[in-house]
Amino acid sequence: MLREITLGQYYPADSPIHKLDPRTKLFTTMIYIISIFCFKGPVAFAVITAALAMVIYLSKVPFSYMVRGLKTIVFILIFAGILNLFMTPGRELVSFWKLTISYEGAKNASLMLFRMIYLIIGTSVMTLTTTPNQLTDGLEAALKPMKKIKVPVHEIAMMMSIALRFIPILIEETDKIMKAQMARGADFESGGLIKKTKAMIPLLVPLFVSAFRRANDLALAMEARCYSGGEGRTKMLPLKYENRDRITYVISIVYLVAICVLRRFPF
Amino acid sequence: MSFIEAKDLVHEYIMRDEEGNVEGVQVALDHLDLNVEQGQFIAVLGHNGSGKSTFAKHLNALLMPSEGTLYVGGMDVSDENLTYDIRQTAGMVFQNPDNQIIASVVQEDVGFGPENIGTPTEEIWERVEKSLRAVGMWAYREHSPNRLSGGQKQRVAIAGVMAMEPKCIILDEPTAMLDPDGRKEVLAAVHELNKTKGVTIILITHYMEEVVDADYVYVMDKGKVVMEGNPTGIFSQVETLKEHHLDVPQITMLAHELKQEGLPLRDGILTREELIQEIDRICH
Ligand SMILES: Nc1ncnc2c1ncn2[C@@H]1O[C@H](COP(=O)(O)OP(=O)(O)OP(=O)(O)O)[C@@H](O)[C@H]1O
Ligand SMILES: [Mg+2]
Repeated sequence: MLREITLGQYYPADSPIHKLDPRTKLFTTMIYIISIFCFKGPVAFAVITAALAMVIYLSKVPFSYMVRGLKTIVFILIFAGILNLFMTPGRELVSFWKLTISYEGAKNASLMLFRMIYLIIGTSVMTLTTTPNQLTDGLEAALKPMKKIKVPVHEIAMMMSIALRFIPILIEETDKIMKAQMARGADFESGGLIKKTKAMIPLLVPLFVSAFRRANDLALAMEARCYSGGEGRTKMLPLKYENRDRITYVISIVYLVAICVLRRFPF
Repeated sequence: MSFIEAKDLVHEYIMRDEEGNVEGVQVALDHLDLNVEQGQFIAVLGHNGSGKSTFAKHLNALLMPSEGTLYVGGMDVSDENLTYDIRQTAGMVFQNPDNQIIASVVQEDVGFGPENIGTPTEEIWERVEKSLRAVGMWAYREHSPNRLSGGQKQRVAIAGVMAMEPKCIILDEPTAMLDPDGRKEVLAAVHELNKTKGVTIILITHYMEEVVDADYVYVMDKGKVVMEGNPTGIFSQVETLKEHHLDVPQITMLAHELKQEGLPLRDGILTREELIQEIDRICH
């Protein structure tokens, strides 16, 4: 059952968005996030929506995949929306019983909802069109300047990709240990919070022991294959900018400028 | 000079308590002598804790000798400047297939070694293709390792070592966690590499059946080489093997018992065919 969880929800397809360099996608996603937090006015809103719709269309990923990410946070969205709606003081819009909805409250709530939804969809576009490996490679390249201030960029990227490889293995193992303990009469389901937490100990101890053993083995295997950190390494899939990446950079900057200009003339 | 030459090799594991005081010393290799020629298929047998893995790790410069010398391809393993050259010359495949695959895609894992030694990009791809084809895993190059069988994972691990173009591959119980089909698959791949590419193979194993086709066999016990010879010679000495807590292949055992019951069979029968022939011979 736990096995079915997929990580890095990559959706393979042959689209111009898939082909973009991961650095370009990271940059564009950042521009997009800035734009949804600093825009003003309905025209800018229409521009953002059009841009997002265009990218989704080009990516060839079914829209249902994009909204999947929203399901997990639907409660947070509703809760935050309600809080915003009723708790913002201001001009009264409607009022019933003891609750008042202010004009500003309605505006805040809808803005907040819109931002969260667009944020999730926008970042989903990136994770759906980029493999986890490309993503870590892109992050490593994008963070390279941080090396100057002694941030271990290569190591962080390596850790991320190893984690991506081992999470499914550890999940499977958790499943196995859980079944083994249940066969010996362990009970993970009943009881209150404290009892349930206590029941986790016989699960966590063997899991940690095994994870450390795996880490030890893996370190040895990496060393045996001449791994010695990022220095002097070549890449099997080097990142290379193409014309489509240059065009994308230009478009996203023009887009950001347009959003900023529209702030001054909020129609 | 032989390709691998161990002389008086000693390794001691030193156990320390929390303050760093020596608590105990475990002698894992005890004046071991051993020679391997280029291109041979060597099997190493030994009861649990006899020091096989410790020896294997020396061949790859993962451990350093406490005493004595070990040369691999003419290089002294205790010379730290040569560590990476030695690791390229002698690749290592471990027991657990899951814990030695680093990348989430088969071909990227095979490329990991060449990436580490700074091979140019185009050459990495050539090497990856060659190695994956050599172990028959080319069709799976885009798969995730998590979806492969144990035998397939182990063959990917072998390809990962092959991609570094080593002269020698050391396999430390590569089939211990596999089912019989996986074992056959991996063994076939290793024999193929030995025959077609001339790679020296050092196979550490518990399965006597895997030793039958080796050129030469070493039996280790308590950190020493206690027996050596070709498989027929080794398996003729059923009683000596038992003293070192080792079994013989089932067919050899059967022949041995038949002989003790009075049948005039020869010693060192390893395969079913040989036994049938022998019985045929004495019946006529
Ligand atoms: N890291 C270590 N620290 C201390 N002692 C160790 C360590 N590794 C191995 N030993 C000891 O050294 C001896 C040889 O171990 P080694 O792992 O080489 O045996 P092996 O022949 O590979 O056994 P197996 O068939 O179980 O794999 C054993 O007695 C073992 O307990
Ligand atoms: Mg061992």
